[in-house]
Amino acid sequence: MSKELLPGLALQKVDERIMTLNVGPQHPGSGHMRIIVQIDGDFIVACDPDPGYVHRGEEKMAEYRNYITNIPHLERPVIHDSCNVLYPYVLGVEEILGIEVPERAKYVRVIASELNRCIYTMYWLAIYGIFLGHSTMFMWPAGDRELLIDLMEKMTGARVTHAHFVPGGVRNDLPANFEDVCLRQVNYFEKRIKEYAAVFYDNPILIARTKDTGVLSRQDAIRLGTTGSVLRASGVDYDLRKKEPYDVYDELDVHTNVMKEGDSYARSKVPWLDMMESCNIIRQALQKMPKSGSVRVKLKPNPKGKVFDTVYKRVESGRGSLGCYIVSDAKPEPYRVKLSVGSFRNLIALPYLLKGEKLGNMPSVYWSLNYWPVEADR
Amino acid sequence: MSVIAPNFKFSEFVKSILDNVFWMLLIFVLIGIPAVMISLFYIDLPVINGELLTPFLALTWLADPSRTLPILKSFMTTDLFRIAAFPGFGFAALLAAGTIFIERKMLAKLQLRVGPFYCGKVEGILQLMGDGLKLISKEIIIPAKADKPIFWAAPVIFVATAAAFVALIPVAPGWVVADVDVGLLAVFAIIGFFPIITILSAWSSNSKFPFIGGIRALHQMVSFEIPLILSLLGVVILTGTLNLSEIVASQSNFPWIIFLPIGAIIFFITILAELERIPFDLPEAESEIVAGWLTEFSGMIYGLVQLGTYLKLYAFAGLFVVLFLGGWTGPMIWPPFPEEIITNGIVMGPITMKIPGLPVFSQEMLNGVMWFVIKTVGVIFFILLPRGVFPRIRIDMLLSLGWYKLIGLAFVNIFIALGLLYAGVLGPGGLL
Repeated sequence: MSKELLPGLALQKVDERIMTLNVGPQHPGSGHMRIIVQIDGDFIVACDPDPGYVHRGEEKMAEYRNYITNIPHLERPVIHDSCNVLYPYVLGVEEILGIEVPERAKYVRVIASELNRCIYTMYWLAIYGIFLGHSTMFMWPAGDRELLIDLMEKMTGARVTHAHFVPGGVRNDLPANFEDVCLRQVNYFEKRIKEYAAVFYDNPILIARTKDTGVLSRQDAIRLGTTGSVLRASGVDYDLRKKEPYDVYDELDVHTNVMKEGDSYARSKVPWLDMMESCNIIRQALQKMPKSGSVRVKLKPNPKGKVFDTVYKRVESGRGSLGCYIVSDAKPEPYRVKLSVGSFRNLIALPYLLKGEKLGNMPSVYWSLNYWPVEADR
Repeated sequence: MSVIAPNFKFSEFVKSILDNVFWMLLIFVLIGIPAVMISLFYIDLPVINGELLTPFLALTWLADPSRTLPILKSFMTTDLFRIAAFPGFGFAALLAAGTIFIERKMLAKLQLRVGPFYCGKVEGILQLMGDGLKLISKEIIIPAKADKPIFWAAPVIFVATAAAFVALIPVAPGWVVADVDVGLLAVFAIIGFFPIITILSAWSSNSKFPFIGGIRALHQMVSFEIPLILSLLGVVILTGTLNLSEIVASQSNFPWIIFLPIGAIIFFITILAELERIPFDLPEAESEIVAGWLTEFSGMIYGLVQLGTYLKLYAFAGLFVVLFLGGWTGPMIWPPFPEEIITNGIVMGPITMKIPGLPVFSQEMLNGVMWFVIKTVGVIFFILLPRGVFPRIRIDMLLSLGWYKLIGLAFVNIFIALGLLYAGVLGPGGLL
């Protein structure tokens, strides 16, 4: 066959013993992607992740819309974490347009992004539970997530895709009595996620199954360029909320959760600990937030940037460092928008981690990488 | 207006029923009555007690309970009734249906949700029937390069084997389909069939995921059969018999679980593994191998496999009850049947109806069945419970558990049984 075939389609000459499995895209354990796995008995010989099934051209679309109309579609890559996905873009546009954000808006943004981080992590945790065959751990986070979704609905009017962050602040002010409701819900949420330890994180079968599987050493984690919870589970204390504080994170007391093991168990536990840290941050922000004031600077219609002004902003999202590179033009539309997402950086580690593992470890290692296929494809 | 059927109209409902009645009457008049008349012309009617049994007299007999009840009673002693209805398939299928409903509701309560709710108005009690209807109405898709005869046969053989297993379980004194002297050996033989059926169906579907699932099921079942058999040897040593009814009768004072708790625990764990239930559901691990060896099954083939699985679940729970919890033995709490109904008849206003031989089942049998069902449902509950609590384990952990830990513990159990036997505490000629 003379025509060059795609990597998954080409017939490879392999040993008789080796079986090639196409895990995905129509597979309950793959997400919106394909993992081409070669197994020898129960052991994985080689693994080739094949993302790209949900590529939607978000970056190209951003070049045809102006700075404000870009907001609703740039949050689509991870709709569960939509505030955090939008955060670097909004910060970048503010720098390009030279807008000073009111103090209250910064606190509202921090609260919204921490709530969204929890919502995303709960969804991720639910899928991690069902990947390990633990159906209760699927239902509990999926149900408790509703607490924070209701809170976000009160705050922004939408349940998942909020489109709440705009250049110059946030779209709407907080509703009346929001502080009390938020504090109560967040306290209950924290109490509830602490109960997960009994059924999931302290479960002897879970520990026996995920301890010492897919170990990513500290050097490898840095060398492969992983970010977020994967990096912190390998013993690197790296959190952009602390290293490069944006908005008001420098005024808040942020702790990072670091585990040294670097195995699937540590990678699944760090986001759970991060959720408790998010609850702490929300409580602090509610306390320090100015009780009144504007939350949004009025912009001119169709604001324009300067010619070839570049800006790169990054924030800590639910999956790690999420950067946005914006090149402005003397037009209402940006010249180029590039998203640098944590999911894709973490996916790079997958072939290294799965090599030599057992097939039964594939779902736990794969999903513990805190990877969201839609975000990686953009 | 009903929410479930928004286009429902009562007048159309009545009209459809009247249509059906009309066609039934028409067919009966045009075909049924002439056929009966023609056959009566050729057939000699039997004479019973000096009376000619005309069709009219036969209908009168059917309406008379004093004549039909003895017929019913004699029917209940036939093998057909035993196989199809009471200790056999029907009873097991009914318990299995109840099990599925309880499992879904219980798991839902555990996971803070509602579970089946709408179908059947009352807590979704008809959900299983709805699911069954859906499965029957679905197309059965067979992979193009599958080995078709084996692919078709495997689910049927699976259900048949599970039903054969059900046939060996004694439910009440004398109420067992097959009361064989080597009952426990027959159980082992039937359990040995399941891995073969699994690997046949997995291999015949010519697909990778079922193949891996089948190989896993083979590993799992074969390596857990050994501790299963060894864990039951203690009971056999103490009772000196392989007949399941006799094993139950030997526990009239104490169930064996008191003396052989280790054996009971091993047997329970091996039950979980043989039934492919969480935490041992590796052959059906969905996030790794789609649905394991069930991947290519669709429609009623899948339904048959599920039916067989739940029959197997009932049979294993029943076996646990028979061997360790004393089967039907238990205090007599079933109320006795009032004698005056038999002697004086039932008085309903001006009419007195006399029904001789009314109690179809004896009091002992009903009491035994009640205790058996209570114990079996309890065991089934504990078999279902891990599904809400544990994740799935890995194949290497499973094999090391089966080969290293359970077999060793099973030998400990056998030594305990032998010790009890030689000390003269239990066993043939012992204290109990």
